[in-house]
Amino acid sequence: MYTKDGEKYFILDAHVALWDARPENQLNVHGKQFIDCFFDYHRNLSPESEVWPYEDYLYQGGDRLMKDLFEDGYVDHAIFQPAHLGEFYKNGFGQTEEASALAKAHPEKLTYNHNFDPRNGEAGLDQLRADAERFDLKGVKLYTAEWHGDSRGYKLSDPWCYRYFELCRELGIKNIHVHKGPTIRPLDRDAFDVSDVDHAATDFTDLNFVVEHCGLPRLEDFCWIATQEPNVYAGLAVAMPFIHTRPRYFAQIIGELIYWLGEDRIFFSSDYALWTPKWLVEQFVDFQIPSDMTEYGQLTVEQKKKILGLNAAKLYDIPVPSELQVPDADETKTGPREPESADLASV
Amino acid sequence: MSAVLTGVRYDDVRRALDTVVDPELDEPVTDLGFVASVVVDGGRVEVHLRLPTSFCSPNFAWLMVSDAYDAVSALEGVERVVVELDDHHDSDLINRGLAAGAGYRGTFKHEALDNLDELRATFQRKAHTAAMERALTAYLRADPTRTEADLADVRLGDLPEDPGTEALVRRRATLGLPVDADAPVLLNDDGTRPTREQASPVLRRARSVRISVDGNAHFCRGLLATRYPGAEDDQVPRADDAHPLLPLSVLS
Repeated sequence: MYTKDGEKYFILDAHVALWDARPENQLNVHGKQFIDCFFDYHRNLSPESEVWPYEDYLYQGGDRLMKDLFEDGYVDHAIFQPAHLGEFYKNGFGQTEEASALAKAHPEKLTYNHNFDPRNGEAGLDQLRADAERFDLKGVKLYTAEWHGDSRGYKLSDPWCYRYFELCRELGIKNIHVHKGPTIRPLDRDAFDVSDVDHAATDFTDLNFVVEHCGLPRLEDFCWIATQEPNVYAGLAVAMPFIHTRPRYFAQIIGELIYWLGEDRIFFSSDYALWTPKWLVEQFVDFQIPSDMTEYGQLTVEQKKKILGLNAAKLYDIPVPSELQVPDADETKTGPREPESADLASV
Repeated sequence: MSAVLTGVRYDDVRRALDTVVDPELDEPVTDLGFVASVVVDGGRVEVHLRLPTSFCSPNFAWLMVSDAYDAVSALEGVERVVVELDDHHDSDLINRGLAAGAGYRGTFKHEALDNLDELRATFQRKAHTAAMERALTAYLRADPTRTEADLADVRLGDLPEDPGTEALVRRRATLGLPVDADAPVLLNDDGTRPTREQASPVLRRARSVRISVDGNAHFCRGLLATRYPGAEDDQVPRADDAHPLLPLSVLS
């Protein structure tokens, strides 16, 4: 919970990880390249006071995670979204045992989502059944740029992926978090293309598709798909820290998302341990769309409350005290929302 | 009358590299700071390119590296060209393929289906859409009586002679769109003209494209400088950086 100016905000961090990228867990040079890329994101977008030493960044551990999120970071509940990266790390990148044990020890604070890879075929379906039972899964995290043998990526529209979605449906796994990395195959197409989300969301209307980092670097394609599919959501992982170094760009991202998707389908995420939630929550509550950007409406306290926690809490049936609730916006399910105050023509 | 008998000039190599564009960011690799080094030795030229992360998409990496190879090879007096991509997860694959003249399909084997023409065309369309939005939003802001619906009637000749309009005209030419003063500015993706009622939603979609291109360009520039300290000194700001809507006021 975060309190500012008499307003109370329920904080749900919809994308956190407990990873191990230490050299002894790296399988090859790509393990180093991957964590170095994350570390550059971290260094480039964090306020100077929030930059970690590289050694800490390689592995944070459960104690530090609990402190960073729940003691220092105002977070009421967080959801693990682990990436496997089995071709880069010996014991995987996301630490299944440690993270799921933490979630089991603190069920009121942590939800553990697991992952699947449709290229594991029938054996992977059996594994998903076992994982759903073991972890009581409500959601899965899919990293479409995961390498797998001689394949370096897959699409949600692949027939095998549909088999897995059918099983998710059967097992009650309703939230599909999609992390669009540079999917290399086929190389002829845009590696960040999000059109496969469109197909899957149309064919599985009873599943929710949360597109992490709101489709960045293809914000425009994502917005266009999400405005047409009521079961597509925007996760703000990676987008959040722009609030500090590039506040005008952040304003445009939020402005576009609210215009195309509406205020009820956007989820706050720190993407911990890429960034820590404390400064992101503080800055977001203080944030306002610059007044010269008249094409967007001003952000309201209610919108911030929804984005910071209420929207994701609803999707995951996480209890929120009634005094912290805010009613849904009376908005169209599809198509752009017209914020009444936003009108470039009236400038 | 004398002539340079052998050798290539360093500046000519740089100018040739100015023509190589990052398709996704719609800027020359030279302005982005992606050129790590150029070494000229007589007729031999060696160019190294670098990117903001190890995991930048290899199809764009291939386009830039192979375009750089072609641009430098076309210079008079060049005898041998080596272009290499540094520090990328596919550096070995790409550098070997390029050196062997294996082409796109020969380099990427089963991961390549046909060619990258469609990919390139997709981003040329996005570059045009972004330039169109920049020009029309500036037009709209220049006179408060103008409305979004009015944009359906704007012709190229109505736009001011400035870098934004020049950039738009260049991108139209790339796509084969008309560039005469009478040509309508606001276009749908398929090149057709929206009605006055459709103008606002078309502008809105174009805006999301422009925000995406600008945001990515800004982020990639920053990441490059984080990855390679000092790289910011090699970066040239975009010509239209003064545009008030662009996310360029980096507060610190």
